[in-house]
Amino acid sequence: MTEYRIQGATGEWEVVIGLEVHAQVTSNAKLFSGAATAFGAEPNTQVSLVDAAMPGMLPVPNAECIRQAVRTGMAIDAQINRWSRFDRKNYFYADLPQGYQISQLYHPLVGEGHLDVSPDEKNPEATKRIGIERIHVEQDAGKLMHDQHPTRSYVDLNRSGVALMEIVSKPDMRSPAEAGAYLTKLRSILRYVGSCDGNMDQGSMRADVNVSVRKLGDEFGTRTETKNVNSIRFVMQAIEHEANRQIDVIEGGGTIVQETRLFNPDTGTTRSMRSKEDAHDYRYFPDPDLLPLELDEAFLEECRASLPELPDAKRHRYEAAGITAYQAGVLTAEVETARWFDALLEAGATPATAANWVSSELFGALNRTGRTIADSPVSPAQAAELLALVADGTLSGSLAKQVFEVMLETGQGAGAIVEERGLKQTSDTGAIEAVIAEVLAKNPNQLGQYRGGKEALFGFFVGQTMKAMGGKANPAVVNELLKKALAG
Amino acid sequence: MSVDTATVKKVASLARIALDEDQAARLVPELNNILGWIEQLGEVDTSAVQPMTAVIPNHLRLRDDVVTDGGIREAVLANAPQGEHGFFTVPKVIE
Repeated sequence: MTEYRIQGATGEWEVVIGLEVHAQVTSNAKLFSGAATAFGAEPNTQVSLVDAAMPGMLPVPNAECIRQAVRTGMAIDAQINRWSRFDRKNYFYADLPQGYQISQLYHPLVGEGHLDVSPDEKNPEATKRIGIERIHVEQDAGKLMHDQHPTRSYVDLNRSGVALMEIVSKPDMRSPAEAGAYLTKLRSILRYVGSCDGNMDQGSMRADVNVSVRKLGDEFGTRTETKNVNSIRFVMQAIEHEANRQIDVIEGGGTIVQETRLFNPDTGTTRSMRSKEDAHDYRYFPDPDLLPLELDEAFLEECRASLPELPDAKRHRYEAAGITAYQAGVLTAEVETARWFDALLEAGATPATAANWVSSELFGALNRTGRTIADSPVSPAQAAELLALVADGTLSGSLAKQVFEVMLETGQGAGAIVEERGLKQTSDTGAIEAVIAEVLAKNPNQLGQYRGGKEALFGFFVGQTMKAMGGKANPAVVNELLKKALAG
Repeated sequence: MSVDTATVKKVASLARIALDEDQAARLVPELNNILGWIEQLGEVDTSAVQPMTAVIPNHLRLRDDVVTDGGIREAVLANAPQGEHGFFTVPKVIE
C-alpha cells in the first residue's frame, strides 16, 4: 500500500490520527443501577433514582458490564488490571444530572493492547498493528432534544448511566483508510465478543477523532479532537477535511489551536465548538462512593474461557482449509456470516466449494431479496444438502442454481425438489448420444463449419445439447460424447 | 501551594457557586489555611503505605445484570422545576 500524503504548497504532509471509541456495553441493566438499557423506550421510563442523581443514591457496579469490558480487553491482547478504580469527571451540562461522570482516569480496567488491521480490502494479508492505549468503563450521559420547543431543550435520561467502554488508540494511524480499517476491525471484534452490538446508527458506537499533521520526520503537530462522529465513512471524511484544513492554516501562516470540533455530515466539514476555555478542567478525583474494583483469577478465567474464536484466528483456519484469503476475509468480517458459514462446514460442506457458493449464490440471493444472512431463507443445513448433491454428481452447477431458486421460493429441501421436479442430472450416455445425434442433424451448416476447422463452435453444440436436455445432462459427459460425435 | 482571588473565582465558577467580590476575598485565606494543613500532612512519609479506601476491610460488591428498577417516570420528574411530555425541560442549550 502506498503511503497517504497530502501535497501542500510547502511540500508533503503526513497525517497522524488517534481514535477514542465509545462503545455501549451490551447489558440488560445500567452500569450502576438496575434500570433497563433497551433502545427506543418512552422518555425517562428507564431511569432509576440513581440515574437521576437523587441525593443519597449509591452506585453499585453491574458485574456483566465489567465482565464484557474485560473480555473485550482480552480480545485485543491487552493487559487486564486486576485492581482498577472509578473517578469522577466533573462538569455541568443539562444531560448529566450528577454534575459528574463516573469514569476511570488514573487506574483503568484494561491497559495496553493492539489490533492488526487491513487497510487494503483487496489484500487482507497486508496488516498494520495499531496500538491501543487503554479501555476504561464509564457512564453515558442523557439525551438532549433541541427541536421540540422554541426556547427549551428536552432532557431524556434513559441513556443516563448506561455502560460505555472508552477504547483509546495510540496515535498510530496515518491515513483515513487506516482509521476506517481500525474501526471496521474493532467493530467486528466487539460483535464477535458480544460486548457491543456495534450499531452506529443507534449511537452504540461513536468515535472522537484526534487529528494532527506534520512534515515527515517532524515532531507531532498540535491536534484537534472532532467529537462524536457516528459512522466509519464520516470518520474518514472528518480526517480528510480536518487534515486539509490544518495544512491550509499552517501554510497560511497560522497555528493550530488544540480544540474540540464538530463534524457536519451534510457538508463533510468540521467546525470549532465555541467551548469555554475551562471546558477541559474536569477536576477528576476518586469517586468516594465506590471502592476499588478488584478482580480475582476465577473471574478472569471465566472471561477468558468464554471468548469465541476471533476473526483473525477464524480467517487463518479458513485459509488453511483452502479458502482464498479474500473470501476468508469476507466470510469472517461479520460475526453472523462467520457463524452461518461455520454451521455450513459442520454440516459437511467442502470449505473451498462452500466459500465460492456462499460468495456468489447466497450473497447474490440475499442482495436481490434485501435480506441479511441472519434472516437467510435457506439454513446452513439446507445449503449443505444442496452442495452435497453437487458434490456427488446428482446436480450440475446450472441445475444447482435452479434448485436453489426453488429453495428460496418454497423453503423446501434440495433433495425433495430434485425428486419432485425430476431435476436430477443424467449421465446416461445412451440418452445423451441420442440427443447429440439429433442436434448434429438439425445443424448441418454449423457441423460443416466445425469440421472445416471452426472449433469455436464447440460451445454452440454444448449449448444446444444442454438446452435439448433441459439442462439436466452431466456437462462432463456431454463434452466427452460431443467431441467424439463431432470428430465424425 | 496557595490560591489567589482569581483561582477562587475560577473554581467557584466551575462548581457553579455564585460568589461576590467580598466572599471571594474572604475565601482566599480560608482556603490557603486548608491547603496549608494538607501540605503539613504531606510531610509524613507514606511511600510504603497503601492508600486506605475504607476503614474496615471491605470489597466492592457487584450487582447481577438484572433489570430491577425504572418505570418510575412520575417519581423521577416529580421535583423537576419544569417538565413536558415526559421530559425534563431546561433553557435551550445548543452549540
